[in-house]
Amino acid sequence: MALSREQVAMRVAQELQDGYYVNLGIGIPTLVANYVPAGIEVMLQSENGLLGMGPYPTEDEIDADMINAGKETVTAIKGAAIFSSAESFAMIRGGHVDLTVLGAFEVDQNGNIASWMIPGKLVKGMGGAMDLVAGAQNIVVTMTHADKYGNSKLLTDCTLPLTGVGCVKKIVTDLAVLEVRNGAFHLLERAPGISVEEIKQKTAGKLVIEGDIPEMVFN
Amino acid sequence: MAGFNKVVHSYEDAMAGLQDGMTVIAGGFGLCGIPEGLIAQIKKMKTKDLTVVSNNCGVDGFGLGILLEDRQIKKMVASYVGENALFEKQLLSGELEVELTPQGTLAEKMRAGGAGIPAFFTATGYGTPVAEGKETREIDGRHYVLEPAITGDFAIVRAWKADRYGNLVFRHTSMNFNPMAATAGKITVAEVEEIVEPGELEPSQIHTPGIYVQRVIKGNFEKRIERRMVRQG
Repeated sequence: MALSREQVAMRVAQELQDGYYVNLGIGIPTLVANYVPAGIEVMLQSENGLLGMGPYPTEDEIDADMINAGKETVTAIKGAAIFSSAESFAMIRGGHVDLTVLGAFEVDQNGNIASWMIPGKLVKGMGGAMDLVAGAQNIVVTMTHADKYGNSKLLTDCTLPLTGVGCVKKIVTDLAVLEVRNGAFHLLERAPGISVEEIKQKTAGKLVIEGDIPEMVFN
Repeated sequence: MAGFNKVVHSYEDAMAGLQDGMTVIAGGFGLCGIPEGLIAQIKKMKTKDLTVVSNNCGVDGFGLGILLEDRQIKKMVASYVGENALFEKQLLSGELEVELTPQGTLAEKMRAGGAGIPAFFTATGYGTPVAEGKETREIDGRHYVLEPAITGDFAIVRAWKADRYGNLVFRHTSMNFNPMAATAGKITVAEVEEIVEPGELEPSQIHTPGIYVQRVIKGNFEKRIERRMVRQG
């Protein structure tokens, strides 16, 4: 069966390593914070200027001056640092953030990503997404493998205006985990009960399948 | 405003000199850390054809959103503008021009503007619509876009504490774009929660040194919350 949003987040969380600085985008990426594996410590970066983002506040802790990049009230963990937007993006552009997780409309086999603009629809803006995809060491994209009409979102070439070029390294969809390298999607894992055939059928870009493809394992 | 006493006592004095067609850089992220009273004063002055540079444009009826009500903004430079219906309407009708700018590029444009750096190369936006019409260059095998700096006729910022020298300290994540905005205005006005005596701010803990700030006013803030999220305690 295709993975739920929570399961996609759980699988992305397996990419986290001890000591990582991580920026999580809005939507499924935000849920990843709930599944940090036991025994490892990661520091969450929020691009409005917070390193060491904690959980939502209790009613007593709410402070209008303490928000995350989604403009939600939030807390800072002990040991957090707060700084300006320029400092925040210096961390991002300077390659100091180890992992960025974000959603997308489309990804292509050359690692291009389109996530911010659908021509003909009102464009709200890219926020920090273009900076993040240009700057992070490692970018994981979460999205559904195909749209609700069954059209693949893993393409030969993105059709929508790009957010970044040649930057996506890994994709976790509701059907599969794939790596992007040498101009192709390399299938690494499939969701429990999902056949390689189905993934093949729903991947429009070049797909490389080598050997037996294991099912994802959730603890 | 004698010597280094930058404190003014009315919003009229705080925004004196603002004229039609000027560029105003505003600190804040969403509704967090915005100079509420200075924005209200711009509305009161009915200044028109403004270019406003800020990460967002407030919401309907609050923050920079109130400057849309009388069509005071001609052009908005921002990274994300999804939060107000009036913005959408004026954008679609062609009354309002918008220049969408990646958030980090926007912060760096202000920083560079304040630091006398006319433009900078960044990888952000290369190969995207943001790079269209801009100079690009390959440096050590990577592609970069040349982005011009931004300066403003006015910069309006919100700080927590100030002294009469204009030294500023920001509170929590309300810092955001405020320090860079403060450097990039010909006239920088800081609306603050508290004015303290010189010496009360620890010199090494000052976020914005007073040299960047021309006017300081004590404000009263509603501090509206955009997305109130709570966990059970």
